[in-house]
Amino acid sequence: MCPEGLKYAKTHEWLKAEDNEGKVGITYYAQDRLGDITFVELPQVGAELTKGKSFGTVESFKAVSEFYAPVSGKVIQVNRELRTNPELINQDPYGQGWILVVEIASPAEMEELLSPGDYEQWVKQQEEAG
Amino acid sequence: MLKITALHQIHLNLGAEMIQFAGWQMPLQYTSIPEEHRSARESAGLFDLCHMGEIRLRGKGVFQLAQQLITNDLAHLKPGRVLYSPMCNSQGGIIDDLLVYGTGQEEFLLVVNATNTEKDYAWIEKQSRGEAKVENLTDERSLIALQGPKAEQILTELTDVSLSQLVYYRFIQAKVKGVNTLLSRTGYTGEDGFELCLASQEAPKLWNALLQTGKPYGLKPIGLGARDTLRLEMGYRLHGNDIDETTSPFEAALDWTVKLNKGDFIGREALEKQKKEGIRRKLIGFQMESRIAPRKGYSLSLQGPRIGEVTSGSFSPTLRKGIGLGYVTPQYAYPNTSISVAIRGENYPAKIVPLPFLASRIKRISRPCTEK
Repeated sequence: MCPEGLKYAKTHEWLKAEDNEGKVGITYYAQDRLGDITFVELPQVGAELTKGKSFGTVESFKAVSEFYAPVSGKVIQVNRELRTNPELINQDPYGQGWILVVEIASPAEMEELLSPGDYEQWVKQQEEAG
Repeated sequence: MLKITALHQIHLNLGAEMIQFAGWQMPLQYTSIPEEHRSARESAGLFDLCHMGEIRLRGKGVFQLAQQLITNDLAHLKPGRVLYSPMCNSQGGIIDDLLVYGTGQEEFLLVVNATNTEKDYAWIEKQSRGEAKVENLTDERSLIALQGPKAEQILTELTDVSLSQLVYYRFIQAKVKGVNTLLSRTGYTGEDGFELCLASQEAPKLWNALLQTGKPYGLKPIGLGARDTLRLEMGYRLHGNDIDETTSPFEAALDWTVKLNKGDFIGREALEKQKKEGIRRKLIGFQMESRIAPRKGYSLSLQGPRIGEVTSGSFSPTLRKGIGLGYVTPQYAYPNTSISVAIRGENYPAKIVPLPFLASRIKRISRPCTEK
């Protein structure tokens, strides 16, 4: 189940907004599809994210994939733990497996993100489409 | 049509994630690749290898035929021993790599890669010219591997055979849980362990008995995902990735498997020439500085100029770094050489290392059975 209070992107990232800061991670569904994560490449603090654009790479035994920015803005913090323990994303995708914190450039962009219910519906559709 | 192994239903019941491999539906993982990998290294793992090919050669002149087919020398294959060898074409390219079991006076059993079974069978039939009886037994035979430090203890509970006498690359006919098996101390993990060849209809019974007996020892079923990371940590070449019909055993650093003094065999002339004139590329193992994984096809370079290409790669669960096999120009094929791997348009540092990446724990010499 997707935690309440978070916003979700169709590309399977979540955003937890507090004032103008947003914590970003990937969903349980996303990490489950990737399988055991072995490596993540993250942007540096200060980098500018653009909504919908790739901001990093994630490798698992099975696949290589990318992270997409749920909103635009400047990176103000990255989860350094993931460099040595990227499996935290598998173990705790909504908690210790967070990826970075972004300074939200335009709160209006958040309107386009999905609610937990709508995201679950979206995942269901994706699953059915195979 | 995808083929299924005799253990297919068991995999589904265990909740395995299935993939297509070499025309077969095979388990990729049951729970998690690193977890399964760790089980095989620390306790034991059980592998469905029913997709691998079994080809039997029988009849007069079969020794000569087999000697023609492979680059290694069967002259020293005493009864009860297994031999690893490449099988080459006339250019010295590796058609397949296989295990030869001397199963009888005029009989050999070849265990070959699943991807190549049909091709190998056709090739061998052609070379035999009707003299030997060549049979593809893949459908009626199944292969199960039990690997890991606890393998001997687990198997001991199911057989009367004295396993401590059975050392690396030896085999015997043994009853395991009442099932007739061709039992060898072989494997593809670098751990101590066994491979059991048996009639396919008995495979589910034996699998279940092994899994149940092994449970208290931490035995887990292992999918193809961890099978690949286990073999890669040992530097074992995978046909189709690290070796193929365009690579020779010398290029693949399998010199020990080529016996140029054994008499005639297919590929001999080309290999002799290569030995004299030198090779154009050589297989090496390398380790990344970070956790990033090299993958097949990525370029290898030396501070600028390209020197070769990756043929296999993964994150190593044991070393917690990216590791890979690849080919480079022979002049650079030395341990400690710093290289870079081009990954998604950027160069990542790596170092050529000696193979295997990890020390093997196979049982080479006889020794008394140790206590638990």
